[in-house]
Amino acid sequence: MSEKMAQTAAGAGSDFDRLTLDWYIDKLVQALVFIGGISAIVFIIGIFVFISREGFGFLLGEFNFKEFFFSPNWRPTSETKETFGILALVAGTASVTGLAMLIAIPFSLGAAIFIAEFASGKTREFLKITVELLAAIPSVVWGFIGLAIMNPIIIETFDVPVGLNVLNAGVILGLMAAPIMTSIAEDALNAVPDPYREAAEAMGATRWQVIYKVVLPAAKNGLLGAVLLGVGRGFGETMAVLMATGHSINIPTSVFDSVRALTATIAAELGETAAGSPHYQALFTIGIFLFVITFIINLAADLVVRGVKKG
Amino acid sequence: MVKLGVKDLAISYGNETILEGVNFDIQEHEIFGIIGPANAGKTSFLKAVNRMDLFNTDMQVDGDITFNGVNVQKVRNVYGLRRRIGVVFPLPVGLPLSIYDNVALAPRLAGQKDRAELDVIVERCLTRAALWDEVKDRLNSLGSMLSGGQQQRLTIARALSQDPELLMLDEFSIAVDPVTTMRIEDVLKELRDELTIILVTNLVQQARRLADRTAFFLGGRCVEVGVTEDLFTGEVKDTRTRDYVDGRFG
Repeated sequence: MSEKMAQTAAGAGSDFDRLTLDWYIDKLVQALVFIGGISAIVFIIGIFVFISREGFGFLLGEFNFKEFFFSPNWRPTSETKETFGILALVAGTASVTGLAMLIAIPFSLGAAIFIAEFASGKTREFLKITVELLAAIPSVVWGFIGLAIMNPIIIETFDVPVGLNVLNAGVILGLMAAPIMTSIAEDALNAVPDPYREAAEAMGATRWQVIYKVVLPAAKNGLLGAVLLGVGRGFGETMAVLMATGHSINIPTSVFDSVRALTATIAAELGETAAGSPHYQALFTIGIFLFVITFIINLAADLVVRGVKKG
Repeated sequence: MVKLGVKDLAISYGNETILEGVNFDIQEHEIFGIIGPANAGKTSFLKAVNRMDLFNTDMQVDGDITFNGVNVQKVRNVYGLRRRIGVVFPLPVGLPLSIYDNVALAPRLAGQKDRAELDVIVERCLTRAALWDEVKDRLNSLGSMLSGGQQQRLTIARALSQDPELLMLDEFSIAVDPVTTMRIEDVLKELRDELTIILVTNLVQQARRLADRTAFFLGGRCVEVGVTEDLFTGEVKDTRTRDYVDGRFG
């Protein structure tokens, strides 16, 4: 009897040491997922190293901090004296992004609230699909709309000589960013559990009171994420702003001034510079600058979200 | 005085009738118990009373429910109706607001802005829900971060903050420990002087401790309505009631 029990125990023990196919598959999947996870970090570091290396020569040589950030003169191909001031380009990008957000934030939040809280059934499905379709329109098509449709409309409506300006690009960029912001904001609103809504409505809160007092506070992290994603999109968008801003170096004093964006400058000029020349390296320095700005926006978002969670 | 009148009530979801033939009157200042096994239609009944059927387009309510003599199905401003009826759900829902704001929400919805008044209401309601001592030093932390039992007491405080005429509790003690349950039960007994209470419960002994009269729901029917003590001493019209309160099924 006792011998038999000992045997069974030994048999069970050896079973624990045998590595089955399931065990190997588990390890393999873990390894693959790990590679997928760290690849994002590797790529980010790789991109940063690459653009830094290309722009490094400029940073050590011709780079003049004061000129680069505070001079509105971007004259990289001047015969007499080359100047690399990005102030006007920063102003161009910032003004277009700012106007775009003024348009996109109310539109996208309104659309998200309508889809998530009011629309139901077929209306809701139809709107969701439409919004996703809008988000998939290539930026060059938006640029074309700015160039071919918005341009004459602005010239005629406001009686200005040129319709390619901050207003045009801001509207185009706002419309471009709104669908993706709507999508993210709607996800954030959907993530708010229904019992919250029911509890508040059971207390006699009206639909708007439920949204304003309960749903929006509960979803504020996700909504903030949506807005910051829109800002990131505004900073990074290239083709549409290249086509709709007028692409002329200017510190805008009104929405009817043409401007030039940081990204559009890189896109338009990089192909025509000699690799390794100061101009080429200066464009990469702009790249580093954009990279740092994006990093700061994301970091700020992260910190804000964490702060919100703690509170 | 009849606080809540129910006449020929039938509730269905799509083609499936889940409750029918319900007739009773609930008197003012009464604790009215509703007992019965799962799927007896107890929660749906509460939903029909404060018009929560509007959340579910499938839900169809027939017959009459009158609150203070007014047919709730014909009320135009359901928000006004709901403000006079407090509800406590089985699973606690601490709204993602501070503890203070959770309790101050209903008075604020009703237009109360005076901070001193709100302070008084918040303290009174939290005290009554047996939660004040545990949270008085951290009223600004999130209500949704409290433990399950504390959240449940928070929802009771929130329901009381509406200053309701009718309080409906749907198995409030599921997530609450026995000691706290007894404390809340004592509070409910005191509240009888001020308002009318509908107590839906799975615990037949809880109904016996608290309810003046009790209805027994079974399989979508209201099998029995009577003085609670009669139900427990065998004075019943339907033998299934006796079997249920004796714990022979359900």
